[in-house]
Amino acid sequence: MTILELKNLTLARGDKVLLKNINMEIWKGYVHAIVGPNGAGKSTLAHTIMGLGGYRDFTGDILFEGKSIKNLSIDERARLGLTLVFQEPARFEGLGVSEFILAGSKKKSKDVVIDALSKVGLDPLKYLNRAVDKTLSGGERKRIELASVYAMHPALLLMDEPDSGIDIDSIKYIFQIIQELKKEGTTIILVTHSPEVLKQAEHAFLICGGTIVDKGEMPKMFDYFSGKCSPCKHVGIPDKTEISK
Amino acid sequence: MQTNDKEKLLAKLLASINQHKMPPDVAHVEIHGNEVLGLHLVDGLLVESESFEEGVKVKIVVKKDTTIKNPVRFCFGMIPENGVQKIIISTTIEENAHASFLASCTFPNAKNIEHIMNATITLEKNSSLKYLERHIHGPEGGVTIVPETKVFIKEEASFSTEFELIKGAAGVINLFYHAEVEKNGTVDMKTRIFGRLNDRIHIKESAHLVGEGSVGVLTSHIALRDNATASIENEIVADGAFARGHVDCKEIVQGNAKARAIPVVQVNNPKAHVTHEAAIGSVDSKQLETLLSRGLTEDEATELIIQGLLK
Repeated sequence: MTILELKNLTLARGDKVLLKNINMEIWKGYVHAIVGPNGAGKSTLAHTIMGLGGYRDFTGDILFEGKSIKNLSIDERARLGLTLVFQEPARFEGLGVSEFILAGSKKKSKDVVIDALSKVGLDPLKYLNRAVDKTLSGGERKRIELASVYAMHPALLLMDEPDSGIDIDSIKYIFQIIQELKKEGTTIILVTHSPEVLKQAEHAFLICGGTIVDKGEMPKMFDYFSGKCSPCKHVGIPDKTEISK
Repeated sequence: MQTNDKEKLLAKLLASINQHKMPPDVAHVEIHGNEVLGLHLVDGLLVESESFEEGVKVKIVVKKDTTIKNPVRFCFGMIPENGVQKIIISTTIEENAHASFLASCTFPNAKNIEHIMNATITLEKNSSLKYLERHIHGPEGGVTIVPETKVFIKEEASFSTEFELIKGAAGVINLFYHAEVEKNGTVDMKTRIFGRLNDRIHIKESAHLVGEGSVGVLTSHIALRDNATASIENEIVADGAFARGHVDCKEIVQGNAKARAIPVVQVNNPKAHVTHEAAIGSVDSKQLETLLSRGLTEDEATELIIQGLLK
């Protein structure tokens, strides 16, 4: 069953085409990946799905559970159950960890915060009274971001480069929460160029030069990405001979 | 004023700051207009007062080697809609003495009130004072606040102050703070104000790091909406060797509000180091989009970000 569908999605800025005629079907309950080299258009695609500023003026359509969300704002999409974890999560001076985690949660109780922090391997006693500010390390900040998403229980989660700028210990917890959310029925889209993150997915779309060049299940897509795509020197221009194989 | 009237006025004053009965080991002073309505002291704390037509002169001393366990509670304010209150305070924290003061300034019904505070604070050697001044104003902003404070921080002494006006409209604020800091002394000044309607806010904070190893941090976080305006001038001058200072001005501006920040740093000693940062703008788009993507509306998300900045 499809939860999200992209139909002929094209995004341009001036003369530059960032995403070209993207067609995708995201299956409910699966862990998908959008994989590709730096500059391929992965984050652009994630931001467009979420409806961030600067990514709204596209042609084509985005359907969430069968209905167009093209004209919905970010918060309207979020209230339908769609959310995004940024590659570099924002820091909020003075905003408490508890307030941040509860921001997207329907249930506003301390238990929700404690449960969410525990799920990402952070001791609630140490973090309940801290702020989501620059005193947190990159790994701590990312885990708190995931705790807030866990408290939200989204239907569809976009994770932009979940392993970016974090330590090995944090990666372990990030992978755990991906599986935890999947168990609870959340559909996940991992946006990544990391083979290690790609291993967490069941199905992947390969993007290059703003175009989906291939799709398929693991391990086929993993082998293709790490064997052919990663070492590729085409720098954002899909190799048509490889795609056709 | 009759005793009964005094008690009623005191009850109203304290109710406006949600403060009622306090335990006996908490010192407190309540001043309404030009009258001291309540005074309760603890060992090592001296408070003397003298009323004049428009206000009160207050002398506060924390005696040598005293540590006051609980914050001393001050309540300054006026219940009527109109009037003037002048408070002239001289505070001395004697050698090796330590205290914290929590001052609530309340004008819940203000339409045309002027509150003028003229304070001199002296911290003797190796003493410390934490001073939190919290303002509670009515919704109409009919208050003019003019606090002027000079602080003298002697060797190894430490002074921190926070000025907070988050609830109610600010009205007109002209805040002036200056600190002179001697060897290994520290000063930490924080101002947090939420300006609304036609509020006019002017803050001038300065620290002169005179002594070797002295430290100064000046922080101003201001959020403005509607037609409010703010001008922040924060200045650190470092003369002492190994003096360290930092100036931080952050302002969030919404609607027709206008903000100006002037951080000034001057270093007169090659072994001193002073830094500054200043940012004025609308709510950070990444912070906003993060909270929107959790399902908060734009108004809810903005409110949360501003409350965080002012916390």
